Amino acid sequence: MKYVDEYRDAELGRALAGQILAEAEPGRHYKLMEVCGGHTHSIYKYGIDDLLPSNVELVHGPGCPVCVIPMGRVDDGIAVAHSPTHPIFTCFGDMLRVPGSEQTLLDAKAEGADVRMVYSPLDALRIARENPDREVVFFAIGFETTAPSTALTLKRAKAEGQTNFSCVCNHVTIVPPLRALLESPDLRLDGFIGPGHVCTVVGARPFDFIPAEYGRPVVISGFEPLDILQSILMILRQLREGRCEVENEYKRVVPQDGNLRALEVMSEVFALRPHFEWRGLGFISQSALRLSDAYADFDAERRFATPNVRVADPKACQCGEVLKGVIKPWECKVFGTACTPEHAIGTCMVSPEGACAAYYNFGRYQRQREAV
Amino acid sequence: MSEAPAPPRTSREERVLEIIETARAKRARFRDARITLAHGAGGKATQTLIEGLLVPAFATTGDGVLAQLADAGAIRAGGEGGINLAMTSDSFVVKPLLFPGGSIGELAVNGTVNDLAMSGARPQALTVSMILEEGLESGVLKREVEAIARAAIAAGVEIVGGDTKVVERGAADQMYLCTTGIGVVDPRARLSTDGIRPGDRVLVSGPIGEHGTAIMLARNQFDLDAEIDSDTQSLWPAVDALLDATGESLHCLRDATRGGVASVLNELARASGVSIVVDEANVPVSPIVAAAAELLGIDPMYVANEGRLVAFVAPEHAPAALRALQRTPGSEQAAEIGAVRADPPGMVMVATAFGGRRVMDQLVGDPLPRIC
Repeated sequence: MKYVDEYRDAELGRALAGQILAEAEPGRHYKLMEVCGGHTHSIYKYGIDDLLPSNVELVHGPGCPVCVIPMGRVDDGIAVAHSPTHPIFTCFGDMLRVPGSEQTLLDAKAEGADVRMVYSPLDALRIARENPDREVVFFAIGFETTAPSTALTLKRAKAEGQTNFSCVCNHVTIVPPLRALLESPDLRLDGFIGPGHVCTVVGARPFDFIPAEYGRPVVISGFEPLDILQSILMILRQLREGRCEVENEYKRVVPQDGNLRALEVMSEVFALRPHFEWRGLGFISQSALRLSDAYADFDAERRFATPNVRVADPKACQCGEVLKGVIKPWECKVFGTACTPEHAIGTCMVSPEGACAAYYNFGRYQRQREAV
Repeated sequence: MSEAPAPPRTSREERVLEIIETARAKRARFRDARITLAHGAGGKATQTLIEGLLVPAFATTGDGVLAQLADAGAIRAGGEGGINLAMTSDSFVVKPLLFPGGSIGELAVNGTVNDLAMSGARPQALTVSMILEEGLESGVLKREVEAIARAAIAAGVEIVGGDTKVVERGAADQMYLCTTGIGVVDPRARLSTDGIRPGDRVLVSGPIGEHGTAIMLARNQFDLDAEIDSDTQSLWPAVDALLDATGESLHCLRDATRGGVASVLNELARASGVSIVVDEANVPVSPIVAAAAELLGIDPMYVANEGRLVAFVAPEHAPAALRALQRTPGSEQAAEIGAVRADPPGMVMVATAFGGRRVMDQLVGDPLPRIC
C-alpha cells in the first residue's frame, strides 16, 4: 500500500532501534506513556517493544475510548437498547463486548435488543432514513478524533429534519485526564508519545502545558511503526539534551493549530459537561461533551429513560495506579483472581491491549524474553 | 524521575503467574446465561461451548473419538480387515446466499468434503438437508440445488440422501443447509490433532482471508467496493498431492475456516503442547485483502477461508510438500509460513514483518473493527 508501507520498512526500523539504544543512558530506566489506544495497538501489532532496549518501557495511557467508558454509561446504553419502543441501537464494533454491571451490548442483542454495529455515525443516520417508523440511536464514544464526525452527522440530521435519530453522547477530551495523571504526586513517567489523531483536530498547542507546567517532554506521533520509534527517539533525545518541549513527529498530518472547521462544528453541536466519570480514573471535571442546547432534540439521554446510576469501580481495583505507572499489573490486589479478561473489573483488563490484559495473557512470555 | 533500574522479579509476581496458569489449565466451563453470536465465531467462546458442554455430554457415548476434536470423526468399519471411515457433519447459514466466487450450495459441498480431507479421507458421499423459509423464491432454490450438484461432481462425491423442512416466514433466513459427509481414510495418511512435533514446518495452501473478505464486502455494510472472490474449493486434490509427496511426514492438516489461520494455529498449539512461530512476511495475502483489512481494522490472519488448508510437515519433507501444493490447481500460491518450537507450549508467536515479535492470541468472538 502506497504511503503506508514506506512507514513499515523493517530495515529503517532496525536502524532507528539502534539509535534509540545509543540514545538511552545505561543504568537509567525510562517510562514513556503512549497516550492513545491507537498507538498501543500499533505497538502490539508490530511488536515494537521487542525492538526497544530493556530500560525503555512503554506505559499504556488513558486514550482507549472504549476502556474508559464507566460501567454506568454502558448500563445506560443497554437500557436504551432495551426500551419498550424497541429502537435500533447503533455503535462502533469494539463497544459491543465492553461489560456493563450486568451484561454487554452483545448480551442485550442476544436477548432481543436490535443492536447493530456501524462504521460511522453517518451509517447510523442512513439507517434512520431507511427506517422512518423506528427510533435510531447512535452510542457515540471517542476523543476529539471521532467527535467531529458525530457533530457533522448531527448537523446533517438537523438540516434534514430527521426526527427519529438521536445520540447518547459519551465523547471525552484528552487534556483533562492527562492533567489529572500529571497532578498525582506519585507519577512515574518521563515523557509522552502524543496522540496524533486527536492532534489532527485540536492541533499541538493544547499539549504545551505538559512541558511548561509539569516538565515532561511530548512528541506527537503518527501510528505507523517507524513513526512510533522515531517519536521515542525524539523523546529520549530531549531528555538527554535537557530540553523539554512539544515536538511534532506527525507533521505530514498534524497542523500546529489543528482543524479549525472541525473545532467550529464541535463547538456548535457540543457543550462541556461539568464533570464525567472515567473508568479507573474517577470523576474528572470538564472532561467530556454533551449535546448543546441547540441539539437537545437529538439527545437520547433526554428522549429515553435511563437508569443513570453510577456503578462505582470496585474499591480494590487499582487501574489508576497502573495507568500512572506506580504499580505493575500483578501488584494490583484483584489482578488474576477477581479481575480476569473473562470477567474484567477495571479498564486495564477490558481491552485486550490494556496493560493488565496484556500481562495476564503474555506475562510469562515477556519474562522469558527479558531473560534471554 | 525514575532513575533506578527495573526492580527484580519477586516471588509475589511468580505466585500471581502461577495462579493464572492454574486457572487457564482448568477445563473450560460453559457458564453463559445465553448464546450470543460469539459462541458461533470459532474463538474462545466457541471453545468454551464445545469443551465445557458438548464434549463432556457426548464423550460418555463412546471411546474417545470425539475428544480428539478433529474435523471428522474416525470409525472402523468391518472389524479385522475392514476399512477406516471418516464421518463429519456441517451446517451453512451464510448471508448473502450468493457472493462473489460462490454461493451457499457450493460452500456446503466444499466445506463438508474439506472436513473429510483434513482427516486424510477421500470424500465419498454426502447427504444434504435443507431448511427453507416460507416464501423463498423457487428460482433461488433451483440455483442452489444446481450449485450443490455441480460442486459435488467437481469434488467427486455422490449425494446419496437428504431432507427438506419448511419453516414459517421469519423462523429462518431464506435457506440453511446441513450436510453429513463420509469418506475413506487414505492408507498413506497418519494425521492427528496432537501429532505436531517441534521442528515441523507450517504450510498454508494459498493467500488467506479471501472468503471472509468477499462475504464482508458482499454484505454492503462498509461502502467498500473491491474485486475479491471467495476461495471456496475442494481441498482433496491438495491433500492427495501432499500425501503423495510426504506420506507419514505429513503430521496434521486443518482447513482454516471460521476464525482464520490464527484460530487454527492456536487450537493446534494447545492440542499438541507446542509453540508455533509464524513469519508474518511470508504469509500470502492478496493486496486487496490487505487493503480491506487495513481499512476495517481487522487482521487477515483471523479472517475465514473456505479453500485454504494449514499443513504441518516434518522439516525434511517441507520443500517437497510445498512443491506438491504449488503444482495443485487452486493452491499455486502456497507458502511456508512458520515453524513449530517446543516453548512456550500452547502459544502462537508472530515474527512481524517489521522485525518485532508478538503473541497471536485466540479471539473471544468475531473480530470486531476497532475505532482507534
